[in-house]
Amino acid sequence: MRRLMRRWLPYPLMTATLLAVWLLLNESMAPGTVILGGLLSLATAATLGVLDLPGGRFRRPWAALSLLGVVLVDILRSNWAVAKIILRPGGGGRVSGFVRIPLDLRAPYGLATLACIVTATPGTVWVAYDRRRNTILLHILDLVDEQEWIDTIKGRYETRLMELFE
Amino acid sequence: MNNHLADLPAWAAVPAALLLLAGAGLTLIGTVGLLRFGSFYQRVHAPTLGSTLGIGCILLASMLIFSVLESRAILHELLITALMVVTTPITLMLLARAALYRDRSEGSDEVPPPPSGSTTVPKPGASDEAGV
Repeated sequence: MRRLMRRWLPYPLMTATLLAVWLLLNESMAPGTVILGGLLSLATAATLGVLDLPGGRFRRPWAALSLLGVVLVDILRSNWAVAKIILRPGGGGRVSGFVRIPLDLRAPYGLATLACIVTATPGTVWVAYDRRRNTILLHILDLVDEQEWIDTIKGRYETRLMELFE
Repeated sequence: MNNHLADLPAWAAVPAALLLLAGAGLTLIGTVGLLRFGSFYQRVHAPTLGSTLGIGCILLASMLIFSVLESRAILHELLITALMVVTTPITLMLLARAALYRDRSEGSDEVPPPPSGSTTVPKPGASDEAGV
């Protein structure tokens, strides 16, 4: 059974996602659409084996929902903050700069998700990742306190991502 | 198309209009920021207003309008959101890393040195820092 799974369904989560995309694009749950989409996503996921993707696992989908909630709130707050900075006349007194953040997270998909989160919240840009020291270099638009940002990234996102991906 | 929109009840039209205005407004503010900020690294922050909450509001408005008009849930826009979230970091990282590479090789003191602490100019392919 396990061998059969590995042969025909090497990436179950990827297959399910592709099927969901297909159904959304077709806007239909008709049996024909489901069968065609299922076959296509099985075939596509099977070809992914050629790409030699890094291994990873994904646990606790419910924890992912809580992370999504945290990120949505942060997107709203940081949009507001950056909009205020842009509209402030003169823009005086604002310091922006780089922060290097040491990480404990090493899972490749966790890091990719962190990159999406950092980019999706205005005011922070992911500049570089140092694989050897496992640090990331961020540029922060409104840099008041470096330690505060390190605590934010590690406390709000990294612990949750490590729960999910490690 | 105009006739279609005339069928839209007020309870849907008002929030959709507000969402569209908010989304367009945020995108405009982001564009203004692109003009007002001084350095490249500051400028790169500004358009993210449009690519996050700005497009989010516009897509919510689109989902609302077409779900009400066609009396069924229209969820296409979720795909656009997901693809935006996944692809934007790639472009942004590429731009930021290109700028960082240029500034480091020009010896600018506005950017942090490579993590090895060496003050030499980074050679192509010899950098310690790699994108994910």
